[in-house]
Amino acid sequence: MWKRAWEWFDDLTGTSKWLLPVLRHPVPHAKKSAWFYVLGSATLFVFILQIVTGISLASSYVPASGEAYHSLLFISGTELGRIVRGIHYFGASAMIILIGVHAVRVYLMGSYKYPRQVNWLTGVGLLVLTLLMAFTGQLLRWDQTGFWTAVVAAEQAGKTPFIGNWLGHFILAGDTAGGATLSRFFAAHVFFIPALIFGLLGFHLYLVIHNGISEPPKVGRPVDPKTYRRWYGDLLTREGRPFWPDAAWRDVVFGFLVVVTIVVLAVVVGPAPLGKPPDPTIIGASPRPDWYFLWYYALLTVVPRWSENYLIILGPLIFGLLLIFLPFVASKGERSPLRRPWSFVIVATIIVFIAYYGHLGHLAPWSPRLEAAPLPSTVVEATTGPVAEGARIFYDKGCEYCHTVAGYGGIRGPDLTYVGDRLNADQIKTRIFSGATNMPSYNGNITDQQLASLLAFLESRQRRPIEERARP
Amino acid sequence: MNDGSTAKCQACEQSRRRFFSRLSIYLGSLAAAIVAIPSIGFLLGLRRPTKVWRLVGHVQDFEIGSTTQVSFEDPSPLPWSGVTAQTAAWLRRIGENEFIAFSVDCTHLGCPVRWLSGANLFMCPCHGGVFYADGSVASGPPPRPLFQYPVRIETDEVQIFTSPLPIA
Repeated sequence: MWKRAWEWFDDLTGTSKWLLPVLRHPVPHAKKSAWFYVLGSATLFVFILQIVTGISLASSYVPASGEAYHSLLFISGTELGRIVRGIHYFGASAMIILIGVHAVRVYLMGSYKYPRQVNWLTGVGLLVLTLLMAFTGQLLRWDQTGFWTAVVAAEQAGKTPFIGNWLGHFILAGDTAGGATLSRFFAAHVFFIPALIFGLLGFHLYLVIHNGISEPPKVGRPVDPKTYRRWYGDLLTREGRPFWPDAAWRDVVFGFLVVVTIVVLAVVVGPAPLGKPPDPTIIGASPRPDWYFLWYYALLTVVPRWSENYLIILGPLIFGLLLIFLPFVASKGERSPLRRPWSFVIVATIIVFIAYYGHLGHLAPWSPRLEAAPLPSTVVEATTGPVAEGARIFYDKGCEYCHTVAGYGGIRGPDLTYVGDRLNADQIKTRIFSGATNMPSYNGNITDQQLASLLAFLESRQRRPIEERARP
Repeated sequence: MNDGSTAKCQACEQSRRRFFSRLSIYLGSLAAAIVAIPSIGFLLGLRRPTKVWRLVGHVQDFEIGSTTQVSFEDPSPLPWSGVTAQTAAWLRRIGENEFIAFSVDCTHLGCPVRWLSGANLFMCPCHGGVFYADGSVASGPPPRPLFQYPVRIETDEVQIFTSPLPIA
């Protein structure tokens, strides 16, 4: 019965005429490199996982600036809703990691060379769209951080020459971040960007079939566009294997492990916690991007100030252009990374760069620690008198937000735990009055009495035990 | 219809085809344009709300020399804006009838600055930008002083003139 039904369907649709050749298309025998070929399909599997969980979430999410937060609380409050949010959250991270590693694999193996340059270009487009999905998705977690992310995004876009102001307000969908803002990001995240991804992904997959999957590179076997297609055809005839199931099983096994890992993380760790409501009048916000953009956030902070406005726009633009030019300037020749040692250097540099700045963004030494509590008396070593009074002023005047004393406080400015060993009262006073690039001047902002106490406190920050010191 | 003459006139047939190809392409483009223009126009069209004066408190609510957080509603909030229709500002009373209202948005990247009353400073949590009580830059990355809203006093009401988010 099933057989007849299938025959009827196949007769009317011709499905087996195109599906079987696609499934059975020959792929090169990859031997030891076979497991390197699972990354693209794993990215695709996670994308499907994102679609499924995304649809599930969108069925309850209310994309209105005033209501989204409540609907997120509702979703997170149900047992399954929390898991689905978790899958979508870790799925986003997995997409970023997998598409990145996939791109690195293609780059290292020189698979972007003739005739697969457009495969690479569509892949670059998909990478950009994936990053846009990550950014807009993070914002849809419409808590306080989500709200301020919209503001910061608009301000960053505002650095674009000429059209900055217009672009910034276009992103906000109005004069201020408000009712229309979230709907705009929702439409982008759920309709516009996915539509582009579907189109580009279809093209990408078509090209994989059209050009055939690249064979593992071999030292001393350069790509020659004149002969490559014929040589590749001969290779497939000689030792090609049907994609299904000879190669596909690895895709499925790896994809399965990825999906299970994501679901386990979702159940055990859960989704990103919701912060305070997106109320612009709650000032105590410290917006931070999710980990995949943290390195960029950090980078913009540490570059020389004059260059920030250029870098914010030019940095991604130049990197994108390099990716686009790559398959044109290096379209033939050696594919093996062993003959392209620079490719290792470039990849390693990018990884170290992102890891280093990501770590720095996590520490955020430039951010004042506004949540710091007054120093405990065990650190101050006094409960009355000028030293204790100075410690209180150290806190009240905001010094502690940027300066560490005995492990308390911020790390924006120098550690003052033993400042008394380094500087005398006059030197400290000069610094307090003159300020610096990253320190406000307190000239006129502190009374003589306060200053005297503060100096007494700072002078007492010495390695020697307090009883050994000469009393002033 | 004269099939014989069409068959004879190959040039006529070609020009007919060219005409129909062009007709289809132009009509298709026209249809696409009349759908795209309003759709994209709606998307691009920014709300241009009328700027209005909003009450944020009464003169006697604010001590001279103090800086206080106030909030006011956007000039044209959408019914579904909820809490996001609000905007916060720092209001500083500098004299009997003199007020300055600062935008809370740091001039670096827009994060909300906090007023530290003990230190007499505004501090930004994102990259450590610091501003003096008069809004001028004290230290850190901000390129310019805090943005100011126009303030006026009507009898004893303190009013702020709503403004777009300052984007450089």
